[in-house]
Amino acid sequence: MEYFIELFFSGLTRGSIYALIALGYTMVYGIIGLINFAHGEIYMIGAFTAFIVATVLSILGFPALAIFVIAALAAAVWSSAYGYTVEKLAYKPLRNAPRLSPLISAIGMSIFLQNYVLLAQTSDFLPFPQLIPDFEFMDSIAGVIGSSDIVILITTAVVMVLLTWLIKYTRIGKAMRATAQDRKMAMLVGINVNHVISATFIIGSSLAAVGGLLIASHVGQINFFIGFIAGIKAFTAAVLGGIGSIPGAVLGSFILGLTEAFATGYVSSDYEDVFAFSLLVLILIFRPAGLLGKSSIEKV
Amino acid sequence: MISFKDLKKAFLVALWFIFLTFPIMVIKVNPFERTIAWRWHNMFYVAAGSFILYLIGRLFLINKAAQQERMKKQGIKSVPKTDWQQRLLTEPRLFIPTLGIMLVILLVFPHVLSTYQVNIMITALMYIVLGLGLNIVVGVAGLLDLGYVAFYAVGAYSYALLHLHFGLGFWTVLPLGGMLAASFGILLGFPVLRLRGDYLAIVTLGFGEIIRLILENWNDFSHGPSGISNIPRPGFFGMEMTLDQSIMYLYYLMIGMVIFTIFVVNRLQNSRIGRAWFALREDEIACQAMGIDKTKTKLTAFALGAFWAGMVGVIFAAKTTFVNPASFTFLESAIILCIVVLGGMGSIIGVIIAALVLMLLPEYLRAFSDYRMLVFGGTLVVMMVFRPQGIISTVRRTYTLEKKPTIT
Amino acid sequence: MNFSAKMFSLLSAVAIAAAFSTGAFAGDPIKIGVAGAHSGDLASYGLPTVKAAELVVKHINEKGGINGSQVELMIEDDVCKPEVATNTATKLVSGGAKAVIGHICSGATKAALPIYGEANIILMSPSATNPALTQSGDYPNFYRTIASDDAQARTEVDFAVNTLKAKKIAVIHDKGDYGKGLAEFAKKFIEEGAVAEVVLYEGITPGAVDYSAVVQKIKRTRADAVIFGGYHPEASKIVTQMRKKKMKTVFISDDGVKDDTFIKVAGKYAEGVYATGPADVSSNPITKLYREEHKKVYGSEPGAFFDNAVTAAIVLTNAIEKAGSTDSKAIAKVLHTQVAQTPFGEIMFDEKGDAIGVGFSMYQVKDGSYVQVK
Repeated sequence: MEYFIELFFSGLTRGSIYALIALGYTMVYGIIGLINFAHGEIYMIGAFTAFIVATVLSILGFPALAIFVIAALAAAVWSSAYGYTVEKLAYKPLRNAPRLSPLISAIGMSIFLQNYVLLAQTSDFLPFPQLIPDFEFMDSIAGVIGSSDIVILITTAVVMVLLTWLIKYTRIGKAMRATAQDRKMAMLVGINVNHVISATFIIGSSLAAVGGLLIASHVGQINFFIGFIAGIKAFTAAVLGGIGSIPGAVLGSFILGLTEAFATGYVSSDYEDVFAFSLLVLILIFRPAGLLGKSSIEKV
Repeated sequence: MISFKDLKKAFLVALWFIFLTFPIMVIKVNPFERTIAWRWHNMFYVAAGSFILYLIGRLFLINKAAQQERMKKQGIKSVPKTDWQQRLLTEPRLFIPTLGIMLVILLVFPHVLSTYQVNIMITALMYIVLGLGLNIVVGVAGLLDLGYVAFYAVGAYSYALLHLHFGLGFWTVLPLGGMLAASFGILLGFPVLRLRGDYLAIVTLGFGEIIRLILENWNDFSHGPSGISNIPRPGFFGMEMTLDQSIMYLYYLMIGMVIFTIFVVNRLQNSRIGRAWFALREDEIACQAMGIDKTKTKLTAFALGAFWAGMVGVIFAAKTTFVNPASFTFLESAIILCIVVLGGMGSIIGVIIAALVLMLLPEYLRAFSDYRMLVFGGTLVVMMVFRPQGIISTVRRTYTLEKKPTIT
Repeated sequence: MNFSAKMFSLLSAVAIAAAFSTGAFAGDPIKIGVAGAHSGDLASYGLPTVKAAELVVKHINEKGGINGSQVELMIEDDVCKPEVATNTATKLVSGGAKAVIGHICSGATKAALPIYGEANIILMSPSATNPALTQSGDYPNFYRTIASDDAQARTEVDFAVNTLKAKKIAVIHDKGDYGKGLAEFAKKFIEEGAVAEVVLYEGITPGAVDYSAVVQKIKRTRADAVIFGGYHPEASKIVTQMRKKKMKTVFISDDGVKDDTFIKVAGKYAEGVYATGPADVSSNPITKLYREEHKKVYGSEPGAFFDNAVTAAIVLTNAIEKAGSTDSKAIAKVLHTQVAQTPFGEIMFDEKGDAIGVGFSMYQVKDGSYVQVK
C-alpha cells in the first residue's frame, strides 16, 4: 500500500508540472486554434532565467527566500516577454494564412529558441540551486513524499484557483472566453482581439515559467533540451483532456502523470515515452475531442 | 522610403530586444566557480541586429504593399509570371541546354574533385530525394508529416536487418525497403488520415518518435542503441571495389536515383492523382464534393512519400555502413521539412535548390556550423512570414480554353 | 535552373580551391587528424581531445618535429553522428591524414572505421569504449587508450559483489549506447557469478521530468546496491532523489559519472557514491605537465578524457617517430612491441588494439572529491 501511495504522489508531482505547461497549450489553442509548438521552449527559458537570476543572487549573497521570490518573478516576466514576442513575430503575421503555416512557423521557432539558448549559454547540464528547503516537519514522511513535491502540489493548486478566478470573473477573462467562442463576434462587440491574444500568451507563458522554476529546483538541474520532452508530454496531456478546455488540461495532465508513474512502478520504464506517444495517437484517432472537449462540426 | 517613424519604431524594437535577451545573452554564470561573466558586447550585437532586421523587414513589407497598390491601379489581379525561372522551365529551347550543362557538370564532378567532395554531394543528393518525397506529402497533398524520418529509419533498418539475418544484397533490399516503408505509411495512414491538419502533424510526430524509441529499446530485434555495423556498400556485379570507386559508384547511383525521382514525381504531379492531391490541399470538402475518394488519395500520397524515404534509407545504410537510432531523431524530420518549405511547397526545382543550399553550405562554411540548426529554425519562421510559397513557387500546368464564337 | 547552375559552379570553384589548398603541400609535414564532436550537445566530450592533441603537437614541433618534419593537425567535427562521421573520415583521408586521433563516440567510430581501414590509416580513440571495436576483430586498424565497457562492468560488479558483499543489485541504465551496453555486461556478470542477484533491470529516459517513480521502484526491491550505466546528469538526478527519500542504497556508476561536474551538481548528495575511472594518474609527471599546461594555455581545468587523449597523441606520434615512417604497418608494429611514456605510465597495445595497463579502478566521493578506493 505504501508503495502505491509513493507512486501516487510521484504521479501527482509529474501531473502538476504537466498541467502548468499544458494550460499554456490549451489556452492558446482555445483562442487562435494553433498548436504553439514553441511553448515547451518558453518553459525552458523560464527555467533558464530563473537559474541565471538565482545563481547571480546567491553569488551576491541574498537570503534564500528573497532568491526564490525574485527568481520566480524574473522567470515569469521574461517567459511572458518571450511568449509575447514569439506571438508577434511568428504567429501574428500568419493569422489569416492557411492552417499549416503557423504550425510550421511554430516548429521553426521551437528549434530556433533551443539553439539560441544552446549557443548563448551552454549545452552542459547546470546545477539548479535548491530553492525549496527541506522542511523539518516533513522529515518523518520524506521517504514517501518530499518537501519539493508538497511545494509543487500546493503551488499548482493555488495557480489553478487563481487562473479559474481570472477566467471566470475578470474583464480580460471574459474577453478571452468571448474570443475563444467567436473571434469575429468578439471584435464586433468591441473587444481588442490582439490584446486578448497577447494576454493569453503572457498568462500561458508565466504558468510555464512557474512550472520551469518548480521542476528545476525539484530535479536540481537544467539544460537547453528540457523543453522538448516536457512540451510534448504536456501537449499530450492537453489533448487527452480535450484541447481548448482548461479543466480538461488539468485532468489530462494528472491522468498522464499518474499512468506514467504507475506504469513505471508496476511494469517498466523502458517504454515510458512510447507509452505516452501511443496514448496520444490513440486518443487523437478515437476521441479527437479528448475527455472534456466538445467535438465541433466543420461547417462549410 | 523609410520614414522617421519607422526609425523610431526600430529603435524601440531594439530596446525591447535588449531587455528580452538580457539574461540569456549578457549574463553567463558559472555555478561551479561561482563567477559571473557580463558579456556586454552581446547586448550591442542584439541591439544592432534587431534594429537592422526590423528595418529590412519593414522595407520588404513596404515594397510588397507598393507592388500590390500598383497592380490594383492597373486593374490587374495578378501578373502572369514570365520571369526567367518559368521561361527556363517551360521553353525547351532554354531548358534542354541548361539541363545538358548540368548533367555534364554532375557527371564530371567526381573525377575532378576529392572523395570527400563526392561524399558530401551524395549526402546532398540523398536529401534532394528525401525532400522530393516529403514534398509529395506536405507540398502537394498538404498533409503535414512531422514523422517522415520514421520511414527513412524503416528503410535503413530493413537493409541492415535483412542483410544481417538473411544476407540479402543491396539491390534486393532497395525496392523491398521502399515497399516496407510504403506499407508502414499505409499502416499509419489508415487510422490517422481522417484527422485534421494539425492533429495529423502531431500524430505523425508521435509515430516517428515511437519508431525511434522501439529501435532503441528492443535490443533483440534492432541491436538497440549500439546499432548494427558492417553493412556492405552496394555491389556492382560482384566486382571488388576500392573505397574511392565505391563512393563514386554510389554517387552515380544517387544521380540516377535523383533523375528517376524527378521524372516520377513530375509525372505524378500532372497525373489524375496529382491533380487530386492539389485539390485536396486547397480544399478538402470541395474536393470530396467533386467525387474524389479522400482516403485513397491521402493514402497514396502517404505511401508514395514513404516509399522514397525508405529507398533513401537503404542507401543511407549502405553509405554509412552503420545504423543506430540516433540518426533518426525529430530534428532530421525538421531538416527535411525545412528543405521543402524553403524550396517552395510543391516545387520540384525549389526543393532541389533548397536541399543543395541547406546541405552544402554548412559543409563549406564549417566555421558557422554551430549556427546551422539556429538558421534552420529561423528559416522556417521567416519563410512562413515573408515568402510562404518558397524560393521558387510552383507553377501549375494551366489549360486555357480558347473562346470560340458561339454559334447561334 | 540557371540559378542553381550558377550556385553549383560557384560551389565547385570553392571546392576546387579547398581541394588544392589541402593537397598542394602534402608530403612535407606529417598530418594527423583529430575527429570527434566539437560542436553541438556532445561537444564537451570532444573538445578536450582537440586541446590535448594541440598541446602534445606543440611540444613535438618545438623540439623540431618528428624526425625533422613538423606535425600538422587536421581538426574535423563529426557531432558524434555516424552519417557525419563518414564524411569527416573521407575528408581526413582525402586531405592526406597519416593517422587519426578519435573518434569520440563508439557509433561514429564504427561508421568511420571501414573508411580508414580501406585507406590503411590507424585510428586511436581516447574514448570509444564499445567492446566490439577491438574484440570483434573487424577493425585491425583500431586502437584505444581507454579500457572497454566490459572491463569496466567487471570492475563494478566485482567491487559490488566481493568488496561490498551486495546480494541484491539493481541495474539501471539510460538507454544510450554507452550506458545500456555497460548495464548489459553488468547484468551478465552478476548472473554468471551466481553470488548476487539482479533484482531490477531497467532503463530510464534521459531528460524525463522526474525520476521518482524509478527511485521508488528501486526502494521496493530493497537492493543493496545500484549499478548505473550512463552519464552524470541522470546519475545526479537519481542519487539526489534517492538520498532525499532517505535511501542509503550504495550507488555504483561508471566513467561517465566519474567527473567533477557530478559532485558539483549533486552537491552533498554525491557523498559516498562509487564510480569507476581510469587509474589515478595525477602523480605522474607527464600528467601533471599537461594538466598544468592546459590551465596555462586555455585558462581552465582539462575536460573529459583529457589524459586519455594526451596518451593517444603521445603513443601515436611516438610510434611514427620510432617507425621512421608513416606506413601503417610500421606504426602498428611499434604500437604492439614498444612501450611509450604517457600519463598512464608505460603503454603498449595487445593484438586486439586495447592498451595494456589502462585499467579501471574504483573511486568514492569523499568530502567533495573522488578518492581512489584502496
